Amino acid sequence: MFKELLKHAKGSLKYTLLTPCLVTAEVIVEVMLPFVTQALIDNGINKGNMRYVGIASGILLACALLGMLFGILSGWSATKGSTGFAKNLMDDMYANIQNFSFSNIDKFSTSSLITRLTTDVMNVRQSYQMTSRLAMRCPIMLIASVIMASMISPKVALIYLGVAPVLVIGLILIIRFAFPLFEKVFKSYDKMNKVVRENVKGVRVVKSFNSQNKEIDKFEETSGDIYKNYSRAERLLALNSPLMQICVYVSILLICWFCAQNIVVGNLEMGSIVALMSYTMSILISLMMFSMVFVMITMSKASAERIVEVLKEEPSITNPENPVYEVESGDIEFKNVGFSYVGDSNKECMSNINLSIKQGEMVGILGGTGSGKTTLVSLLPRLYDATSGEVFVGGRNVKEYDIKSLRDSVSVVLQKNVLFSGSLRDNMKWGNPNVTDEQIAEALEIASATDFVNGFSDGYDHHIEQGGSNLSGGQKQRLCIARALIKDPKILILDDSTSAVDTATDRKIKLGLRETKADTTKLIIAQRISSVQDADKIIVIDNGKINGVGTHEELLANNTIYQEVYSSQMKGGAGNDEN
Amino acid sequence: MTKTKTLQKSELKDKKTKNKQPNTIALIIKTIFKKYSALFIAVIFGIIVSAVASVFGTTFINTLLGHIEPLIGQQNPDFTNVIRALLTMAGIYGAGMLCALLYNQFMIIISQNTMRSIRNDMFIKMQKLPVKYFDRKNNGDIMSYFSNDTDTMMQLLSQGIPQLINLMTTLVAVIVSMFILSPILAVCTISYGVLMLFVAQFIGKRSVKYFAGQQKSISEVNSYVEEMIGGQRVVKVFNHEEVCKQEFAQINDKWRDASFRAVKLACTIMPIMSGMGHLLYVLIALIGGALVIANVAGTTLAAVVTFIPLTRSFTMPINQFAEQINNFAMATAGSRRIFQLLSEEEEVDNGYVTLVKVREENGELVECENGEWAWKHPHGDGTLTYAKLEGNVELDHVDFGYVEDKLVLKDITINAKSGEKIALVGSTGAGKTTITNLINRFYDIDDGKIRYDGININKIKKEDLRKSLGIVLQDVNLFSGTIADNIRYSRPDATDEEVVNACKRGGAHEFIEMLPEKYNTVIDGDGSSLSQGQRQLLSISRAILADTPLMILDEATSSIDTRTELLVQKGMDSLMQGRTCFVIAHRLSTIQNSDCIMVLEHGEIIERGNHDELIAKGGRYYELYNGKKAEITA
Repeated sequence: MFKELLKHAKGSLKYTLLTPCLVTAEVIVEVMLPFVTQALIDNGINKGNMRYVGIASGILLACALLGMLFGILSGWSATKGSTGFAKNLMDDMYANIQNFSFSNIDKFSTSSLITRLTTDVMNVRQSYQMTSRLAMRCPIMLIASVIMASMISPKVALIYLGVAPVLVIGLILIIRFAFPLFEKVFKSYDKMNKVVRENVKGVRVVKSFNSQNKEIDKFEETSGDIYKNYSRAERLLALNSPLMQICVYVSILLICWFCAQNIVVGNLEMGSIVALMSYTMSILISLMMFSMVFVMITMSKASAERIVEVLKEEPSITNPENPVYEVESGDIEFKNVGFSYVGDSNKECMSNINLSIKQGEMVGILGGTGSGKTTLVSLLPRLYDATSGEVFVGGRNVKEYDIKSLRDSVSVVLQKNVLFSGSLRDNMKWGNPNVTDEQIAEALEIASATDFVNGFSDGYDHHIEQGGSNLSGGQKQRLCIARALIKDPKILILDDSTSAVDTATDRKIKLGLRETKADTTKLIIAQRISSVQDADKIIVIDNGKINGVGTHEELLANNTIYQEVYSSQMKGGAGNDEN
Repeated sequence: MTKTKTLQKSELKDKKTKNKQPNTIALIIKTIFKKYSALFIAVIFGIIVSAVASVFGTTFINTLLGHIEPLIGQQNPDFTNVIRALLTMAGIYGAGMLCALLYNQFMIIISQNTMRSIRNDMFIKMQKLPVKYFDRKNNGDIMSYFSNDTDTMMQLLSQGIPQLINLMTTLVAVIVSMFILSPILAVCTISYGVLMLFVAQFIGKRSVKYFAGQQKSISEVNSYVEEMIGGQRVVKVFNHEEVCKQEFAQINDKWRDASFRAVKLACTIMPIMSGMGHLLYVLIALIGGALVIANVAGTTLAAVVTFIPLTRSFTMPINQFAEQINNFAMATAGSRRIFQLLSEEEEVDNGYVTLVKVREENGELVECENGEWAWKHPHGDGTLTYAKLEGNVELDHVDFGYVEDKLVLKDITINAKSGEKIALVGSTGAGKTTITNLINRFYDIDDGKIRYDGININKIKKEDLRKSLGIVLQDVNLFSGTIADNIRYSRPDATDEEVVNACKRGGAHEFIEMLPEKYNTVIDGDGSSLSQGQRQLLSISRAILADTPLMILDEATSSIDTRTELLVQKGMDSLMQGRTCFVIAHRLSTIQNSDCIMVLEHGEIIERGNHDELIAKGGRYYELYNGKKAEITA
């Protein structure tokens, strides 16, 4: 998994490689310090040689300054590496998401993709930055210190050999037992967040039903879970520092005893005790830091996994090998089409669809929620692929076309449509980057948006907030229709795109489409019969199957569902149903 | 001159900012001290012992060398003293370790318990906050109190505070030992330490500026991601992938550069501090060496040898402190937000009229276990009156504005008799929903009166007021749990049979029976597995189960399919039967049989009457209705 991530280090790799070199230099300079200090004490101070003291001090000074320099440089290069890495990761993830088909997006869900692109990347970056320095620094420091200590007295190395394994094994044990606990902690966090979110969103309901106490109980249960798991994990981790201390103290006492004997005999001089102590501390601190690196990596493992999932996700819809770039006409045909969101033909939510629509026709599609209206039209621009059967546009199977060309010719106004922050013109440019103001005006006119757009003092430069929050629902829908029209498609699909538009305007839009876009095949999904009743053809869908096809009059005469819907919608009109 | 001036200034400034921080930290310490005084004292004690033991260990070389020196060159050296010293040291170390072990465990008990109670307190507080608070605040903001802010606060509690105590103790112990060993060297070391602090502060301050820049550009990245991934389907439909990739790469580049600028500076603090630490090491060796050689003030070699490692113990706390400054700032900011939430103004409830069960005895109402609902109204003169809960609601010249000086509702007068159906009609923003917000007292009116069964609703205890009225909101909020749990939300003591009956009447029974686990099907918080229409049916059934005499119905605007809509309509009809209802209608067909229709515009009632009267009048309602008619006759 980490290998997969490292593939994306690319441009930042040189910094990632430079960092260890700089860290090595920093460490080497640092390990020199105690060594030279020892010489300074033993040969300089002890022998009263002020000149030696001066020279040694000069060397020490140089070492300290060099150490500082290398330290700063390695810090910079680690940062450069990690930010570059994070940027690459985000770019690559985002690029792959752009290749995602709708079913890929469904699989991850929008909110989870956002978290993966933001929080998870930041987590990984943080640990990358830390580890790229520490992961090198610790082992090098460890080795260098052991070597230097052995140079002073090889026997001392034996003490390390005895103590270090205890520390290492202890740390591994602690981490191994603590981690499953941390995983539990994260899960209980999710649970708590869920309760909070529900309560924040549903505050009116909670208050109306006076269920504050019930919710508090619910919450206290989750916070109790966190308490329980977190305490256990932390208490285990807290054993780290006593373990470290015991190792340091035992080593120090042993070294003192060893030095005492050797100094008395004259094998060692007094300065060596200082150097040995320094090295002991360095070795143990390195081990400790190393365990921290380990902790960090494991902590970010979950995030790394989630990132890799996005990076490795194969787009489920790809371009054919020798694609056709021209969509000949707006003819549509479905042959025995079946569809399942899970891709399993035994679990089809839509089956046995046979349908033929001629270029230029206006077709209404009617049916209950979940009956498969949206699914049906999604197959045309290959937002999803049919699980069985074939879908033809312009006489060719949709799978033969270049996806981009196909989607340019088949324009969908999605049910959950969005405008993006930017000017109105920017939004219209989505349909065609070279659109002229005249073309925009034309599209707005058909979409019946001219009136309110003219009301903007800054016209097409009017700023639209994220999600179009400064427009009303009906205005948004009309702009979305205009945007789709600017593509000048062969097939135009309106998926319940006028639900927030008043009836008169709705009729005006439909009329405009019929008049100005006579060659465009128009598929209109609607909830209300009035929206589609003058279509050339109305398709009634029920439970993923075509229940009836015909004109308003035909269906009214022989389709039960249509009759039912019609009478229910007319009921409110009290006596107006003779038309 | 100018330099010292600016220094003083920055010092002053620092004092100001620092003054704020200890407030929060002091508040936290006070909070835990109150609850866990014994444990906390034990922790402080433990920290002190372990810090002193550790410093003592470093100076121990001095003692040891003192015992060794006389032995040098002896034929049969007597190590008794050395061994004794080593054993003493082992004892001290052992005590220090034990204390460290204990204080760490104690601190976890304290911090985890504190965090749990702070989380609980926040949640309880949240439940007491007025709806206004939630309307004003971003959902994400409130969520982050429970996640980010508590996390940083926990960090401060479980690590920051003990570390702070530890650092201070160590520093004091080190300084004391340094003075014992060699006052001259001690003075040198301390002045150097002050210099180090200044350097840390200097860099730290500059990096704050860049961190702000980084924060800004990361939020740019985040909002781009949110907007574009949110609209990913549209991006695909319009073949906009390449453009998006480029835009994202650009924003991303900007972030990388800003981030690098910020972290670059922060990254230099650590090496500079540790480099300065090394310099001190050298400096002391040099000065100490000179002192020994020149034999100034009786400085011994052993003292210098001991002093050199001590400089490490001295710089380490300073380094750590420099490293932690950012974390401290972040944690105090988070904690401050938590305390802010905890001190938010709660929903006030001065109501004293309560809802009780009564039965009639000799023409008088008497409280009992099972009976009808009635208002229990204590009066100033000590008398008690009971009034049956009927569901009469009267708005009397009501004015209201969400913000001062901006009235949303003006002079609204509505009189709803028990069992009547009042419809509110008007364009978006006319104030329809606001009226319902006032009846259940999510907001309090500015002027006028609202009376419920003749009682001013300000006198009714909010809990009891809300118990007596049901709502079906536009957006249906479900809670994670089973379907039955959600229905029962309105009346937790309802039997299974009552739940099923309510669902049958509300029209939800049919689809619930189709679910894999029927009434025991677990739904996620947002009920995303259910369709909009199904959620509405659940919401209606929930209100039916509550069986309140007064109902507020906010019709959903979102399009649901016609067959479900029919079910919803039937459910609504059955819900409204025999209750006083306020219906906010978006489709005129649903309200034609209302007893009274109020047409609102810009916060005022411009027309009122029943359907026929208003049609005859030929005003705004007539216009609206004709729009509707156009739809139907089309």
